Amino acid sequence: MELAEEKLDEHHLDEREVIDVVVRFAGDSGDGMQLTGNNFTQVTALAGNDLSTFPDFPAEIRAPVGATFGVSAFQIYFGSEDVTTAGDALDVLVAMNPAALTTNVANLVDGGLLIVDSGAFTAKNLTKAKYATNPLEDGSLDGFRVLDIDISKQVLAAVEPFALGHKAGLRCKNMWTLGLVLWLFDRERTATIASLKSKFSSNPDIADANIAALNAGHAYGETAELPAGIHVYHVPKAKVPPGTYRNMTGTNALAWGLIAGSELANIELLFASYPITPASNLLHELVRHKEFNINTFQAEDEIAAVCAAIGASFAGQLGVTSSSGPGIALKAEGIALAAATELPLVIVNTQRGGPSTGLPTKTEQSDLNMSVYGRHGDTPMPVIASSTPTDCFDVAIEAVRLATKYMTPVILLSDGYLANAAEPWKIPDIASFTPFPVTHHSDPEGFKPSLRNQETLARVWAKPGTAGLEHRIGGIERAYDTGDISYDPENHQKMTDLRQAKIAGIANDIPLQEVCLGNTSGKLAVVGWGSTFGAIHQAVKRARAEGLDVSHIQVRYICPLPKNLGELLNSFDAILVPEMNTGQFVRLIRSEYLIDAEALNKVAGQPFKIGEILAAIHKKNAALEGKS
Amino acid sequence: MNQALPKLTLKDYASDQEVRWCPGCGDYAILKTIQKLMPEFDQPKENQVFISGIGCSSRFPYYMNTYGFHTIHGRAPAVATGVKLANPELDVWVITGDGDGFSIGGNHMLHVLRRNVDLQILLFNNEIYGLTKGQYSPTSQIGTRSPSSPQGSIDLPLSPCEVAIGAGGTFIARSIDTEAKHLAAVVTRGHDHRGASFIEILQNCPIYNDGIFDKLKDKKIAADFKVELENGKPVIFGKEAEKGIRLNRESLKLEVVEANNADVLIHDESNKVLATLLATMSAPDFPVAVGVIYHAEKTSYVDDSRAQVIKARAAKGSLKELLHSGHTWDVS
Repeated sequence: MELAEEKLDEHHLDEREVIDVVVRFAGDSGDGMQLTGNNFTQVTALAGNDLSTFPDFPAEIRAPVGATFGVSAFQIYFGSEDVTTAGDALDVLVAMNPAALTTNVANLVDGGLLIVDSGAFTAKNLTKAKYATNPLEDGSLDGFRVLDIDISKQVLAAVEPFALGHKAGLRCKNMWTLGLVLWLFDRERTATIASLKSKFSSNPDIADANIAALNAGHAYGETAELPAGIHVYHVPKAKVPPGTYRNMTGTNALAWGLIAGSELANIELLFASYPITPASNLLHELVRHKEFNINTFQAEDEIAAVCAAIGASFAGQLGVTSSSGPGIALKAEGIALAAATELPLVIVNTQRGGPSTGLPTKTEQSDLNMSVYGRHGDTPMPVIASSTPTDCFDVAIEAVRLATKYMTPVILLSDGYLANAAEPWKIPDIASFTPFPVTHHSDPEGFKPSLRNQETLARVWAKPGTAGLEHRIGGIERAYDTGDISYDPENHQKMTDLRQAKIAGIANDIPLQEVCLGNTSGKLAVVGWGSTFGAIHQAVKRARAEGLDVSHIQVRYICPLPKNLGELLNSFDAILVPEMNTGQFVRLIRSEYLIDAEALNKVAGQPFKIGEILAAIHKKNAALEGKS
Repeated sequence: MNQALPKLTLKDYASDQEVRWCPGCGDYAILKTIQKLMPEFDQPKENQVFISGIGCSSRFPYYMNTYGFHTIHGRAPAVATGVKLANPELDVWVITGDGDGFSIGGNHMLHVLRRNVDLQILLFNNEIYGLTKGQYSPTSQIGTRSPSSPQGSIDLPLSPCEVAIGAGGTFIARSIDTEAKHLAAVVTRGHDHRGASFIEILQNCPIYNDGIFDKLKDKKIAADFKVELENGKPVIFGKEAEKGIRLNRESLKLEVVEANNADVLIHDESNKVLATLLATMSAPDFPVAVGVIYHAEKTSYVDDSRAQVIKARAAKGSLKELLHSGHTWDVS
């Protein structure tokens, strides 16, 4: 399918004061682009801009130097208005070598600023990047404002007093470049200097060399005679609600949300998982926080991870497991055991490009079908999706609440983009969250493992160690009245209906679907779920600024769907559903509500661009106007 | 919780569920031995948990009036690890079979043993798949004719005890379903062991693999076909205790010699190399070794995990502090 793209008017660098800017740092895996990006992000946040960032890692751990598949990049979109994506086209591209240039220059806007290290444009590196001629000399970059500096040479001169040697000296290239970019956007260096001192606290010489490089890059901007049209830009502060803020990735928000969930539920949490890209960072974060009600277990495989989590839930803790698509597929049998035995369990799926190994470091939303339908037997369970990096915090708490209240596995969908992307987060007051403490059953009087809450239909949670409640559970169908093994046909029908009704009933316990931008009825609603939020939001905002009748609806609860969603969707003439898959959610709502929703699909391992969604809105709008 | 518990009996450990193994199944004998043994451990019944996978043996937890969890095929060690991590006070037992434990669940078995998770693992080995109606298993002898191997199986069987030692297991023993006294003694030793106790129980399947262990059970001839290991005692067997096992120092292989041979082995449970050799002894050249084959002390995974948690919680975490940790900024 051809995905049309609206060329957005983004010649941001023509004025001295600009509303928003997209900058991408690209270089070799070893060039320190992630560190550069993170430091620039910190300074940008301090300067009061709204921002969104997205790191783009190569799949190879140590790719050969100069190879195109070894390019590591960090993109940041910042500005004085609300920013919800890492940006479409680039205003500024920093390319540390020919490979970084060739893999990224297509996204640079006409007239965009290109900063290159000409010292890295050697014959060898040009060949590796498959350049027949040097692009710095053959005129192919004439449409851009090119700032080609022999950064390598500049850096070696700047760090000479520290006698680091050639190789170690060159490693300061990224800080020199950061210094130049900080100058370009009129930023303070103090936070970066403090951060370098802290990072290299055990090696003050390295810290000082990096600081010297940073200062030299900054001084270069101030003193060198730069080509016409390259000057200091000013990006005004964004208007954001007052409060204390921090920068937050989706992974950390999810980890901290699980910690918060365990506190609110007043329960210990066992996080059992097996390493897999891009989900492993969740384990790395939680293992560092055993000072809370958290313990972690790195299992021997995905199956053991889900089973250990189920064991912990049986024993009265909350088991949580995490993986990405292929690993979740391995867990499927265990997840169904938790559903059959009605034990709480949270399953986090950080989705990546599939099928099979697919694109481990790239993002996709193609596990919705697996989450909603992908199990043997009739095995319904709640599925919820986070839409922004910081939304992961709230969604993790909600997953803990639903799992413990309804004694059910809950699937939490994140993706590679959300996991790694970061945005500023107004730190919430934890006291404003309503606690939902769990209770384990303790009364032996009339106890049966099949006892259930008649309102929620949740089974009783009786943990080993409680006198008088000794009982057996298992995967064989259980009698409705006693919990004993039962092969009775009528009982199986009854239990199947019960499992269905329990999950369906959760619709009464979740918020009604709201419209996040625009009217609650009208011509067109763009309906998303998960990480498409940012791009949809910006596209709808721009379309509305043009006067189009379009609204944005972002669905968190995939199963069960909010009670009013059908009615809400029916109050629009047309529905457009952008998804990073071949149309999984659109089929779900078409079958659920019998509405003529239209799909907009992208399966490229990359998030939607604002322009792609805006183009689809324009096309749909034109079709609707033609009709009326 | 050791003071003044009311003394329980076998009956207290029998659940109200009808036992549904085939008549004559070796599992009945094992169930009875374990039910009879449980009161001896002097533990509150509510702290005892039986966890199983899938297969005939895995029905076991339904018949024990303790906590029980009949899980999925091969995964009982993983579930049990989660249970034990969540509550180290629990006395956790894993019931598995040769297919459950070493075919579909082989990976988990390796890891639960090397981690030394504090569990008792009872592996009922009948060298056949019973519940799925008689296919050969990973412990079936080569040439076993079954619905899935009508020309005879061609897989090399594995020796559960040998694999368990190789995986880093710290308590490895073997016993026989109907030898109640021996089984009870071995299981008691396993229960005393802090760590993973692996006990292979040779178990007769009267339907699909009847009589394969008869020579080890027949009082008249058993002494010639099995050797009962006892720590510090010579490894001798035979009706008149006339035969012994020694290590040939040239070939580094075991061999059968006269019992009075000066080189007859003295069983040393802590000797891993000899334990491995003893574990693999099989007919027709050797007797089958029963008893505690290997025993070593090593810290348990659960204890180590708990120690890390306790250390981390020396100062309880504050969520508010966490949310405000690192780099923050104020917008007014």
